[in-house]
Amino acid sequence: METVLAIVCGCLVAGGIYLLLSQNLVRMLFGLIMLSNAVNLAIFVAGGLTHTQPALIAAGDSVPGASMANALPQALVLTAIVIGFALLVFMFVLFYRSYEVLGTTDTRRMPEDGPARAYPSQNTTTRQEMGP
Amino acid sequence: MRSVILKTATRLVSALVMVLAVYLLWRGHHAPGGGFIAALVAATGFALVALSEGPAAVRQGLRLRPSHMMGAGLGLALGSGVIGMLAQRPFLTGVWWPPSGVVVGTPLLFDTGVFMVVLGAILSVLLALEET
Amino acid sequence: MTNLLIYPILLPFATAVGSLLLWRRPALQQTLSLIGSAGHLAACLFLLAAVVQDGIQVLAVGNWPAPYGISLVADHLSVLMLMVTGILGTATALYARGEMAISLRSQGFHALFQVLIGGISGAFLTGDLFNLYVWFEVILMASFGLIIWGQGRAQFVGAVRYVVINLLATLLFLLGLALLYGLTGTLNMAHLHQQIMTQESHGLVTAVAFMFMAAFGIKAGMFPLFFWLPASYHTPPIAISALFAGMLTKVGVYALIRTFSLVFLHDTATTHAVLLVAAGLTMVTGVLGAAAQNEFRRILSFHIISQVGYMLLGLALWTPLALAGAVFYLVHHMIVKANLFLVSGLSRDCSGTLELPAMGGLYGAKPFLAVLFFIPAFSLAGFPPLSGFWAKLLVIQSSLEAEHYTVAAVAVLVGLMTVYSMVKIWIEAFWKPSPDFGPDQRAIVPSAWKIAPVCALALITLCIGIGAEPVYQLADTAARELMAPQVYVRAVLGGAGP
Repeated sequence: METVLAIVCGCLVAGGIYLLLSQNLVRMLFGLIMLSNAVNLAIFVAGGLTHTQPALIAAGDSVPGASMANALPQALVLTAIVIGFALLVFMFVLFYRSYEVLGTTDTRRMPEDGPARAYPSQNTTTRQEMGP
Repeated sequence: MRSVILKTATRLVSALVMVLAVYLLWRGHHAPGGGFIAALVAATGFALVALSEGPAAVRQGLRLRPSHMMGAGLGLALGSGVIGMLAQRPFLTGVWWPPSGVVVGTPLLFDTGVFMVVLGAILSVLLALEET
Repeated sequence: MTNLLIYPILLPFATAVGSLLLWRRPALQQTLSLIGSAGHLAACLFLLAAVVQDGIQVLAVGNWPAPYGISLVADHLSVLMLMVTGILGTATALYARGEMAISLRSQGFHALFQVLIGGISGAFLTGDLFNLYVWFEVILMASFGLIIWGQGRAQFVGAVRYVVINLLATLLFLLGLALLYGLTGTLNMAHLHQQIMTQESHGLVTAVAFMFMAAFGIKAGMFPLFFWLPASYHTPPIAISALFAGMLTKVGVYALIRTFSLVFLHDTATTHAVLLVAAGLTMVTGVLGAAAQNEFRRILSFHIISQVGYMLLGLALWTPLALAGAVFYLVHHMIVKANLFLVSGLSRDCSGTLELPAMGGLYGAKPFLAVLFFIPAFSLAGFPPLSGFWAKLLVIQSSLEAEHYTVAAVAVLVGLMTVYSMVKIWIEAFWKPSPDFGPDQRAIVPSAWKIAPVCALALITLCIGIGAEPVYQLADTAARELMAPQVYVRAVLGGAGP
C-alpha cells in the first residue's frame, strides 16, 4: 500500500510542478493545490499505515484499546490541511484581485520592472500629513 | 439568482446546518468534531444564504462584522490560555469547572474561539468576493 | 516552568485582538498598536535578562511534557533575535504612523502587523519543528496581507511572485518534516537531535537535511533561490518593506542556524560544505546584482542577499568564533537594514522618487538626513568603528582561522563592492546637484513620527559599534550554546538527556 501511495505522491508532485511552471496564474494555483495535497498524503504515509482502530478511547475506559493508530500524523495532516486551505483561499483572492488590477493572468505580461516609484495616492497622503 | 425554490430550501437547510455546526462544536470535546470543522459547516450555511438572498442578508443576519468575530474569537482562544496561567500553570493548560468532572473547560472555550476565527475569516473573504 | 516565554507571543496577538475589535476606531487602534509594540519590546527585554541571568528557559505549553507536547525554548540566540524583533517592531510601528494616511492605517493593518510580530516571535521561541512550520505560516499569512497593503499595481506583480515562491518553500519544509517524522518518530528538536545522533544510517537524513536547506534557503534568500526577494521588497509602503527587510529573511537564517546546529549534525562534512559554497555564491551574486540596479530600495534588497551570505558563512564554517560572528552579524544587520529602508522613505519624501538618476541634492538641502543615511550605510559597508565592521571582522577572521582563504577573499571583495553601492547611492541621491524638475527639497519636512525611529536605530548602530564588547559577549555565549547542543537538549528533555 505504501508503494502505491508513494507513487501517487510522486505523480501529484510531478503534476503540481508541471502546472507551476506554467505562466498562467490559474494553472499555478492548481499546481500549488496539487502539491499541497501531495505533501499531506506524504505526511500520512510517512507516519505509517496500519489497519487499526481510530485513536479514540471508549467511554468509561482510561487507556486505549489493544491497537490504536498513531494519532500524531493525523493531527499533523489536519493542521497542514487547515493551513493549506487558508493559504489557498488567500491566494485565490490575491490572484483574482491582481487579475482585476493588472487585467491579465499571464505572468509574462506583468511588467518585469513595475513602476518602482511611489503611488500617487500614497504620496499625496504623506505630504498632507507632514504639515508645515 | 432569486429562485423561489432555492430560497425556500435555504431557509430549511441553513437552519439545520447551523444546528449541525453547534453539535459538531460541542461534541468536539471528546469525539471527532471541533471548532474548525463546525465553522466550515456553518460557513456553508451562510454561503447558501448569500447565494439565495445576497450578501447583504448575511451581514444583516450576522449582526456582527466578520472582523469583530475574528477578533473576539482570537481573544477567546488566547483568553482560554491565560486562564491556565492565572491558575499558576503553563500557558494553555486545561482548566475545568467544576474541577472534578468534565463539564465546561478551557478547551471548549478555545474551540469556540477557533470556531469564531475561522467563520469570521471565511465570511469576510466570501462576502468580499460576493460584493464585487 | 516560566510563563515569561509566552508574553512576546501573547502580547502582539492580544494587541491584534484589540485592534480587530476597534475596527471602526482607527485612532484608538493606532494608540493600542503602539502600546502593544512597546509592551512586546519590554517583554523581550525581560526575557533577555532572565536568560542572561539563569540560562536557557523552557516552557511546556499546556503542561504537556516534552517531547510529547510543544515546548517553547529561549536560549541566547532566541532572545537576541527577539530583542531585535521588539526594537524593529516598535520602530516600524512609529514610522507607519507617520507614513500612511489614517484611512490606510485603519481596518486590518494593525492587526496584520501585530500578528506578523507575534508570528516572528513564535518562530524564534519554539522548540518544535512542526510548530516552527505553523509559525512560518502565520508569518506568511500576515505578510501576504501586508505586501499588498495600499494595493498599488506594482505591488500585485511583486506579491504574486512573493506568494507563489514562499508557498513552495513551506510545502518543501512540510515534505521534509513528513519524511523526518517517518524516520525518527519525533518532531521536538531536542529529541530529534538525540534520535538522529543515535541512528546507524544517515543517507536519508542527509537528503531531508537538504530539503530543509532548500526550504529555509528560499526564505533566507540564499543562492540560487533568491530571485523573488528583489522582485517584491521594493513595492509595499516603506514601513512594511523595512520590517520585511529587517525580519523575514532573518527568520529563514535563524531557522537554518537552529536546524543545522541542533538537528542535522550527523554529517557536517557534507551539509556544511554545501552551505559554505552557497554562502560564497550568495554574497557574490547579491552584491553584483546590487551593482546593476538604479533604484534605492532595489539596491538595498540585493544587499540583503549578499549580507545573508555572510551570516550563512558564519554557520557553514562551524567554529565558535564564526558562529559568534554570524549571530553578531544578524543583530547588526537587522537593525541597519531596516534603518536603511526607513531612510529611503525619508529620501523619497524629500525628492519625490526613489529612482537614483532623478534624485540628487539631498546633502545640500537636508544635511541631517545625509548623516542619518551615512551611519547605517557605512555600517553596512563595514567601516570602523560602526557595527558592521566588527561583524565582518569576526566572520573574516574566523574564515582565515579555518583556513578557507578563498572564502575570506570573497568576503573582503564583497565588502568592497558594498562600499561601491553605498557610495553610488551617496553620490546619486545626496551629493550630485539636485535635478531642476524635482520639488523644492528644503520646504519638505518629514514628520517626527518618521524621523524618531530612524534616529533611534542609528543611535543603536553607533552604540553597537562603539560598545561592541557586551554584544560580542552575548553573541559568543549564544555561539557556545549552539556548539554544545547537549545543554539545550538537557534543558528541554530534563534528566533524560545524555
